[in-house]
Amino acid sequence: MLINWYRFSSPVSFYPLAGSLSYAAGVLAALLAGVGLVIALIVAPTDATQGDAYRIIYLHVPAAWMAMFIYLVMAGWSAFALGFNTRLSAMMAQALAPTGALMAALALWTGAFWGRPTWGTYWAWDARMTSTLILLFLYLGVIALRNAIEDPRRADRACALLTLVGAINVPVIYFSVQWWNTLHQGSSISLTAAPKMAMMMAAGILVMTAAAWCYTIAVSLSRVQAIIVERERGASWLESLIAVREG
Amino acid sequence: MSEFLAMGGYAWYVWMAYGACALAIVIEIAAVRARRKRAFDELRMSAAPQTPSMLGARGSR
Repeated sequence: MLINWYRFSSPVSFYPLAGSLSYAAGVLAALLAGVGLVIALIVAPTDATQGDAYRIIYLHVPAAWMAMFIYLVMAGWSAFALGFNTRLSAMMAQALAPTGALMAALALWTGAFWGRPTWGTYWAWDARMTSTLILLFLYLGVIALRNAIEDPRRADRACALLTLVGAINVPVIYFSVQWWNTLHQGSSISLTAAPKMAMMMAAGILVMTAAAWCYTIAVSLSRVQAIIVERERGASWLESLIAVREG
Repeated sequence: MSEFLAMGGYAWYVWMAYGACALAIVIEIAAVRARRKRAFDELRMSAAPQTPSMLGARGSR
């Protein structure tokens, strides 16, 4: 059975698919978060050095990974939007920005509350923290730029450009702990070596990251539905069909 | 239970972190729902630009 994927490049055709995926991802996110929180707060053992303060890791690592990953996905959609001049690619980038900004802000916030008891400070201008702050500013900048430009297609191009220019920041964040002598520790989980932490802790982080990922998919697909309705008004009879279904 | 809330003495740090995440999620979901509602309300307005007295005559779509 072959699916004509190109059909979904039309915003109005993509709309129902976005709805189904969003719902499924939302349910999955809730389940994973439930399991993850039980591991994070109850099952996982207390850390020998940091005590229970370490439990912030189960929020901080997923938020930080999502902040970076969402930006890369945004950059991917932006490249598509610029390269193929498609509306839906730009709409997907537009839908991801607020959630990415939220993840970056939460990474900084949870990091601050983890840093205070362990490093003795809420903040330091170390390489990773500073570049993550820059990531947050980039997200907010893309959102502000979108609001500043009236014509949606011009806004698409401008935001796509800004997103792509800012993408260099993501590898800076990722490799900062290798390139610079920083306060931030090196990575604990690698794709190649065994994790330097208890299995239950690693499992908790992976489950919470999966939950964050599903949450991001659910929220951004729901948001893109709103964006499609905002921007595709008057496009076709499908619009009235959606309106009736929405009630 | 109180031991759980105490988080080994780190209660402030742990619950400020978990609390902020919970709050952020609630706010984001509420914001997306509000955006969807506004979008559909505007769609409905622009699709049926007649005076209220005519709406009954049109019947259901």
